[in-house]
Amino acid sequence: MPTPVKVLVPSGVLGSGCPEDAFQRGVSLGPDALAVDGGSTDSGPYYLGAAVSKMTDAATKQDLRQLMLARDRLGVPLIVGSCGTSGTNAGVDWMAGLCEQIAVEEGLTAKVTLVYSEQTAAGLAPYLANGAITPLPPMGDLAQSRLDECDHIVGLLGYEPLAKAIAEGADIVLAGRTTDTAVIAAVPLMRGLPAGASWHAAKTSECGGLCTVHTRRGGVILTIDDEGFDIEPLAADNACTPFTISAHLLYENADPYRLTEPGVVLDAQGASYAALDARSVRVTGSRAEARPYTMKLEGSGAAGFRTMVFTAIADPKIMDRIGDWLDRLETFLREGIDRVLRIPAVDYRLDLRPYGWNALDPRHGPTDRPPLEVGLMVLVTAATQARATEIAKYCNPYLLHFPLNQDDPLPSFAFPFSPAEVALGPQYEFKLNHVVHLADPCELATTRTFVAGLGEFHVAA
Amino acid sequence: MSPLKDVARYVRSKNAGPFWVTIDVFCDDRAAYERLCAAPALGAVAIADLYGVGSNQVRIFHDDNLKVLKISFPRPIAQGSTEDVDSHAGQQFVPLLSVMV
Repeated sequence: MPTPVKVLVPSGVLGSGCPEDAFQRGVSLGPDALAVDGGSTDSGPYYLGAAVSKMTDAATKQDLRQLMLARDRLGVPLIVGSCGTSGTNAGVDWMAGLCEQIAVEEGLTAKVTLVYSEQTAAGLAPYLANGAITPLPPMGDLAQSRLDECDHIVGLLGYEPLAKAIAEGADIVLAGRTTDTAVIAAVPLMRGLPAGASWHAAKTSECGGLCTVHTRRGGVILTIDDEGFDIEPLAADNACTPFTISAHLLYENADPYRLTEPGVVLDAQGASYAALDARSVRVTGSRAEARPYTMKLEGSGAAGFRTMVFTAIADPKIMDRIGDWLDRLETFLREGIDRVLRIPAVDYRLDLRPYGWNALDPRHGPTDRPPLEVGLMVLVTAATQARATEIAKYCNPYLLHFPLNQDDPLPSFAFPFSPAEVALGPQYEFKLNHVVHLADPCELATTRTFVAGLGEFHVAA
Repeated sequence: MSPLKDVARYVRSKNAGPFWVTIDVFCDDRAAYERLCAAPALGAVAIADLYGVGSNQVRIFHDDNLKVLKISFPRPIAQGSTEDVDSHAGQQFVPLLSVMV
């Protein structure tokens, strides 16, 4: 019977912080692995499309330092998945650079394996041609042209490439895009613990302390064994209850009972949750069903450039007829863009978002009570930044002075800043929701190893 | 009949990946939970109409243990695309609050 494995999960994402006293309490419980993810798609398509991290160097380093110091003391594997928010190769190299800096600063050394999972449209072409890339709902079949539209594509690693790196001697694994759960399940699975308990434990803890009563007091520690798993918060004054643990499967999952991971489906429908004491919970009865091995693909590609103008209005006369005023303003702006700038409607997109009125739900009708004030965000999207800003600048005087009735005295509205036009830069959109079927779980992963602390790895200039 | 916000304890929405949204309706007691489970306004057809998606794409789960009604459907607009106004789908539960049950 395999020995139980303890996994410490400090937070839901590296860089969001884990209070030191809670973390050290977890370390004192003797974890067999430290695991955390470094991102997801949750922050939107920009971070993948532009291959930049949404976290700062300083916040990421603080958390990585805490983990690297504990790892050095405990001598257990440290795994970070989805490095750099979206898990691109640049994100992995960025994390590796921070890891190297910390090792040098702390005078420690560690064997580091970088597991890259970024893909190229050309590299995926043979898989597509062989019918090995299939859509997930609500997407349809993939065309090569859609792969070509992506600026960056990542495949979500399962646990296997992480386990392989650890089996080959890595102290620290810094991985590209990885399923949040694989990072946590890797060590229990490679030590022979059951898939049902390992994946369910990982799914429960992937957001760190979000499955606890006091979600801001740090993460959790899991003990996975042959029959199930135990979970408790790191902080002594925090608690997991059967409700918080079972309810966490609802979070951000379309289906709360069946969760698909590479090569496996977790079936948590029959799981039972029992309080071990006032602050820890035991979970048993989760099952895993083997599936053909698939790796999910995420891709993000350019979608033009945007410029924003923001104006604010509180004039009660306009508030009483805000719907009419907005309709007239939009008609006027579109006509002027066509007539004065000679830019046809197909070459730009104009969005008026009246915050305080119906920006989030356009169904708010004219019979509702008038708003007290409205912040009007005007977004212009076009093929180039210059074109988007040109249109925004044309709109500027009307966003300052457009009257309710043609013959009214000229009103002036409240621009909150100068310049009124803000270039938002390149825009991206998610292009893929597909899986690639693989014969070997490590087939689309590439690795690089180095020893941190020896000056072998530098942040790319 | 009452608006959902007066029957449920807590309602939340969030992305389930960039292409799906999921709404969780938590209830305090079994009577409220059973009332919501039985409400036609929380059935697939009504939800599809409310959110502008196909009713065959709406997935509804009744979790008796947690007393939670869970509603998932594809986002009509993908996360972060040009038309999207709610990147994390965090405010998508609001139209549900005034549904009569």
